[in-house]
Amino acid sequence: MAALVRPALSVFLLLTLVTGIGYPLAVTGIAKLVFPEAAQGSLLRVDGTPVGSTLIGQNFTAPDYFWGRPSATAPRPYNAAASGGSNQGPLNPALTDAVKARIAALKAADPGNSLPIPIDLITASGSGLDPHISPAAAHYQVARVARARQLSPAALSALVAECTEGRQWGVFGEPRVHVLKLNLALASRHPD
Amino acid sequence: MTHHAWLILGLYLLVLLLAVWPLGRYIANVMEGRPLLGLGLRGGFESPLYRLCGVRRDEEMDWLHYALALLLFNLIGALAVYALQRLQLWLPLNPQGLPNVSPDSSFNTAISFATNTNWQGYGGETTMSYLTQMLGLAVQNFLSAATGIVVVIALIRGFAGHSAQTIGNAWVDLSRVTLYVLLPIALIFAVVLVSQGVIQNFSPYQDVTTLDVTRYDTPRLDAAGLALQDAQGGVLTAPTTSRTQTLAMGPVASQEAIKMLGTNGGGFFNANSAHPYENPTPLTNFMQMLLIFLIPAALCTTFGRMVGDARQGWALLTAMTLMFIGMAVAAMHFEQQGNPLLANLGVDLSPGNLEGKETRFGSAESGLFAAITTLASCGAVNSMHDSFMPLGGFMTLWNMMLGEVVFGGVGTGLYGLLVFAVMAVFIAGLMIGRTPEYLGKKIEAFDMKMVAIAILVTPILVLAGTAIAVTTAAGVAGIANPGPHGLTEILYAFTSAANNNGSAFAGLSANTPFYNGMLGAAMWFGRFGVIVAVLALAGSLAAKPRIAASAGTMPTRDVLFVVLLIGTVVLVGALNYVPALALGPVVEQLMLRSVA
Repeated sequence: MAALVRPALSVFLLLTLVTGIGYPLAVTGIAKLVFPEAAQGSLLRVDGTPVGSTLIGQNFTAPDYFWGRPSATAPRPYNAAASGGSNQGPLNPALTDAVKARIAALKAADPGNSLPIPIDLITASGSGLDPHISPAAAHYQVARVARARQLSPAALSALVAECTEGRQWGVFGEPRVHVLKLNLALASRHPD
Repeated sequence: MTHHAWLILGLYLLVLLLAVWPLGRYIANVMEGRPLLGLGLRGGFESPLYRLCGVRRDEEMDWLHYALALLLFNLIGALAVYALQRLQLWLPLNPQGLPNVSPDSSFNTAISFATNTNWQGYGGETTMSYLTQMLGLAVQNFLSAATGIVVVIALIRGFAGHSAQTIGNAWVDLSRVTLYVLLPIALIFAVVLVSQGVIQNFSPYQDVTTLDVTRYDTPRLDAAGLALQDAQGGVLTAPTTSRTQTLAMGPVASQEAIKMLGTNGGGFFNANSAHPYENPTPLTNFMQMLLIFLIPAALCTTFGRMVGDARQGWALLTAMTLMFIGMAVAAMHFEQQGNPLLANLGVDLSPGNLEGKETRFGSAESGLFAAITTLASCGAVNSMHDSFMPLGGFMTLWNMMLGEVVFGGVGTGLYGLLVFAVMAVFIAGLMIGRTPEYLGKKIEAFDMKMVAIAILVTPILVLAGTAIAVTTAAGVAGIANPGPHGLTEILYAFTSAANNNGSAFAGLSANTPFYNGMLGAAMWFGRFGVIVAVLALAGSLAAKPRIAASAGTMPTRDVLFVVLLIGTVVLVGALNYVPALALGPVVEQLMLRSVA
């Protein structure tokens, strides 16, 4: 047994140096050289000031912005320093109550809307930071945002289409709309 | 299931199976010390390292010394992770000034990462410094994966050897797997992940100014910083507004690549692979799913090559693939159904169940990821299993309950399935009244005792642990969801821990001394109880002569054997767990049908 101690300690230290220091520093170095923006978080800047990340969603509640997925992070939605989901089970009354409240908020902001309610607008994402909604969820909100900004629904739908991505490489994932990019475009092109 | 779901599943199997043969051969070459492309025989490179470490390369170990070496090596690893967490405030690379982690949480996490479980009672970005993540957790991602692989290599040597007393040198095996298999693949994929948006930096958390104002309630604090309460004991809150969002940063990509490749699964962030900085695009999601099964599948080829009969490996790979397709289709199907309770509220259910899921992955690729991660003892999640539909959650539990042998963890999956293969030939031998043989080795009483231990350790830990937790106040206190779902949360925790999976029904508040201690013990014994039994089996098999197949030998590379093997795995899983499953997700499904 004692004969095992020296190799155990030294093999552990050697492999720790390689995998715990050499490897992450090598990845950091390559990333910095080749993909500096991505390595730093794909930040979006307006006049040099960081206003968000292309990968991280933000909380929107004003009627003249498109709303994103509900977020279950604490103590505030879209807390990008403490990610997480609701972890509510399908039969949990708290889930049904939360969904009812979200539907009520959507209806209150747009009472005349009779479209079926898109499920991604009333269920919390896994990370609490989901930057996307489905094209159906964007379409559902076009009438409200158009009214709030006094735009034609057709012009707004065109803007939504600009911010819509299909499946990656035509195969992977789901079609989706980038909420922050859409709202930044709204704010810059159609300030109210 | 939608056409898209079938397409993704088919594409996944195609790419995976294309990678199996070259990688499996490569691993066999590495482990048998054959020359490698570009590195030659590596003697000139390795010898000085071994001399420095006091390792005699040619000195092979019997099974007991091999087991002791691995135990000692992993114990040192656990101690290092414990120490880093307890001291992180005073160590470098902690720009957020995160405090030292509590003793019970540090204990749990140290065991968790040393056993390749990567159960996480903590949230990464609010708990661990960059140094702890990189030098503690990510290192264990490599070393625990290497441990799993060398155990199955030792077992294969047991089958391949002729009357041998030794099964290899643990130090040489660990070093070679880490340096020639895990490290290069992880390095390549880490860079690819960055190209898609996974972050890799040591910056402090980044503040950005948001477009809209966020209104929320914060607890009101007294002068001492404690939350004020009203007369009923409720927390008093004050409305707050903010236009600042703080983005967590860190060296994520390097950890992410080995987290998937080593079937570890411990996320850099709390939301794991649902977090856009860990898994930003559908393409990274597909790559992460591939990385999980890559080595477990390739090891089937390694096995065939090392025992000198490729078709033996193909038979095991076929059994794994067939079981995987069944479980994956079920999980995707159930998550694509959606929650009928929401349909009553006027919600369009056609996209499936999206609570706890990311828009970019949808219900299909989340269901597939969930099936892969639970079959493979990986435990990374791209969606919250606690919010799955009752039968979707059932599938994730059931996959783990099969013993993590359908691809399974790196190394652990194949040695687990080989244990079941021995069990299967034993049962067949009983039926026809012959001494069972597998790969020319007679299976005798000692071998079957080790097989029985390896198969029974985890169910005992799962069922006893769950029973203790549901009958104690400390155990029940952690439940988040009411009704049978609460039992499922506890059952899931012990199933995940003892099978070294690491995923969770994460509503359970498990960062308590009770769960940190109980689950820590389940992880350690679930890992090393099996490993020691498997190495004992390897030693016993190695010592036997390899006898030639006769007319009475049961063939172990044809359809009949594949069917028998699948039957054994499914039957043992069902016998162990059906009663517990009936009380959890099955009851929940019946309740859902009655109220919806």
